[in-house]
Amino acid sequence: MTDRALPPKSRALAGLRVCDFTGVLAGAGATRMLAAFGAQVIRVEDPVRQGRWDILRGARPFKDERRGVDFGGSFNHHNVEKLGITLNLRTERGRELLRDLVAISDVVTENFAAGVMARLGFSYEELARIRPDVIYVSNCGFGHTGPYSPYKTWGPVVQAMCGLTFAAGLRDQPPAGWGYAYMDHHGANFMALAVLAALVHRSRTGEGQWVDMACTEAGATLCGPDVLDATVNGRPLRRPGSPDSNRSRSPAMAPHGIYPAAGDDRWVAIACRDDRDWAALADLVGEPWTRDARYGSLEGRLADEDALDGHVGRWTSGRDAFAGAEAVRAAGVPAAAVARSEDRIDRDVATRDWGLFPTVVHSAMGEVRVDGLPVHLSRTDWVVARGAPCLGEHNDLVYGELLGLDADARAALHADGVI
Amino acid sequence: MAAHPVASAGRPGPLAGIRVVELASEHAAFAGKLLADLGADVVLVEPPGGHHTRGYAPFVDDVVDAEGSLWWWHYQTSKRGVVVDLDAADGRAAFRHLAATADIVLEGEPPGRLAALGVDHEDLRGVHPGLVWVSVTPFGRTSPRRDEPMTDLTLLAGAGPVNLSGYDDHSLPPVRGGGNQGWHTASLWAANAALVAVLERETSGLGQHVDVSMHAAVNVTTEVGSYEYLVAGAVLQRQTGRHANDEPTTPSQHQAADGKYVHIGFTQGTPAQLHAITDWLDELGLRERLAEAFWLDIGLERGGVHFSELGQDVEATAVFGAVRDALELVVARLPAREFFLGAADRGLSVGVVMAADEVLVDPHFVERGFPVTVEHPGLGRSVTYPGAPFRMHATPWRIARPAPRLGEHDAEVLLD
Repeated sequence: MTDRALPPKSRALAGLRVCDFTGVLAGAGATRMLAAFGAQVIRVEDPVRQGRWDILRGARPFKDERRGVDFGGSFNHHNVEKLGITLNLRTERGRELLRDLVAISDVVTENFAAGVMARLGFSYEELARIRPDVIYVSNCGFGHTGPYSPYKTWGPVVQAMCGLTFAAGLRDQPPAGWGYAYMDHHGANFMALAVLAALVHRSRTGEGQWVDMACTEAGATLCGPDVLDATVNGRPLRRPGSPDSNRSRSPAMAPHGIYPAAGDDRWVAIACRDDRDWAALADLVGEPWTRDARYGSLEGRLADEDALDGHVGRWTSGRDAFAGAEAVRAAGVPAAAVARSEDRIDRDVATRDWGLFPTVVHSAMGEVRVDGLPVHLSRTDWVVARGAPCLGEHNDLVYGELLGLDADARAALHADGVI
Repeated sequence: MAAHPVASAGRPGPLAGIRVVELASEHAAFAGKLLADLGADVVLVEPPGGHHTRGYAPFVDDVVDAEGSLWWWHYQTSKRGVVVDLDAADGRAAFRHLAATADIVLEGEPPGRLAALGVDHEDLRGVHPGLVWVSVTPFGRTSPRRDEPMTDLTLLAGAGPVNLSGYDDHSLPPVRGGGNQGWHTASLWAANAALVAVLERETSGLGQHVDVSMHAAVNVTTEVGSYEYLVAGAVLQRQTGRHANDEPTTPSQHQAADGKYVHIGFTQGTPAQLHAITDWLDELGLRERLAEAFWLDIGLERGGVHFSELGQDVEATAVFGAVRDALELVVARLPAREFFLGAADRGLSVGVVMAADEVLVDPHFVERGFPVTVEHPGLGRSVTYPGAPFRMHATPWRIARPAPRLGEHDAEVLLD
């Protein structure tokens, strides 16, 4: 523990209260953003299962040798700036307390499998009986209707089913996909967008609503204009030579690739946006092949792209990735070394200047660095300083100060296994 | 459950009444689309002759045409379009007039350009203190790297995703996922931050500047790639079709009997799932082919295994390994779709690697109404687009109109 004074919370969404059942990243990331902007997010967890419905509670990475539900690094990461309470919804008293909490909440969020909230007795209709203008956002893999709605998903499954995995790979190779739960981030971002849009509507009309989000559909909106190439031009994405995603056809560019650099598994990305970029790269390289007249036009470069990439790769392969990229950029041409975590987190001047990876204080883990937000608001910026809640850490605050239960009542609830 | 009441069908979107003035750009186009399809009145400002992204492939019928760019069609839905020349005094006056009517100005201009023209946020906020001004730039407006040349590829290479994605075979280059995801990532943050500022304005009455860095956005969108390093200092290696990891993990992407790829999921370790897998093996007569099937029984005797035990508990890790081996045997026997439905009906979370155009004709997404048809009156054709990212029951998402033709709304907007 540290006694470092924490900065005040952001004022941007002060006064907004979220009754939050989200977990993992696809849900928890949404309320993380709201909390970073100052919303009071109250994360509700099951005391019987010690919050392990969220598989990240207590899961790696670990800061030190300590293990247990309060030491999971990924859980801390996705739940900064939130309050945490325990509540056993198997009990009638537990369901009563949830009704009390919903009554004072603007928003209810969850990413259970479809239908779980209704089976717990908290369908949208019931929530709206408790709080008529409630905004209820559910987020599951396939949504609440349609033949797949009973099916459970995880990030990699969502990415497979929505088209993102297919669109990541080299020609004549299997799909490479994304080496992490990319769509969990955007599941969270779209879920936050749903909450914010619904809040704008409510502020103007007083009307709440249910938003049914299917993460697979949100993902399928991220596959770009290639989808229209299929629906308009009849050119399916699944065809010989497609995808080949280190290249670019929308917009068309060449050379455009990831090329070998000196050292073990080091690579450099180079993209020529237009003929001017190409001329600058050709001048920098200065080898005979760069003077091939065909390469003067985009059409010529695209027509001979395999050979062109071979030339570029032979030029880069003896060079340091960072120095090589720097030289290409100095010529005005986009280039970047393929950055490892330490390169982009600890050695990038833009990252440091932004304050992108703040340190939070977690009640059990102590100080831990986490992702910040990639936006800065000039008057009411985000604050990420408080770690995720330990299991039930804010029971006294929420049941006491917000719901008005005295210490004896809270102790009785705890003894009865309700909280 | 009546999930999508028809009663909401004719109602305006949630952002009806919000006006956005968007300077056409590659960086922020998707942010504008997000807001426009949610009902905001987005006025898209182009320079004379049209914005250069009208030249982005692919094109309708493969004919290069400023009105036929499918990039443009895709990203500019539901917006109205006007032509304004910011390089001319009367154009700047027209833009100032437009901005005065806006709740949000959205732009992706190179840092410094608008200030040099005298039409930046600083120049307008004195007169319009409620204006929310959103700038989407590669590194942020004041970054020491703000003037560096970049594209989606170099951004994703420099900020994390590429290093984490690719193949087990590291003689192959790491992979940038397709779809220009750097733009999407920055734009989602831009739209969200814009709405945060709009909501905050209801209390303070004041607008503010929202500075969005694409590089930062990509850099905090790498899940394990960031926090494994931040918390434990782990260095992750890319692997084919699954999470990068510090130690190699077993493959999770396999070819089904019809040649399509499936993802066999992970964390299938509850007692019900372990029972389902052993039953499925028995049904297909595959149990004898699984040398270590006994691990499934051990998993059942333990009462299931939990994700937090993976890599931490030797026995639990072996159970997860047996689950993967079992599913690999099954998938080789079945076409991808049959495997997916069979697994899902048994409570297992797996996925078919589908192409995005296949999503639009898949029965589930068709039944939910995900593909939407948009009439393009000028061309006499209707076009199927990807639909709503989420279903708002009271205020539906919709594509209100196809992307604007050059100057299509000059008269109705500029003479307003």
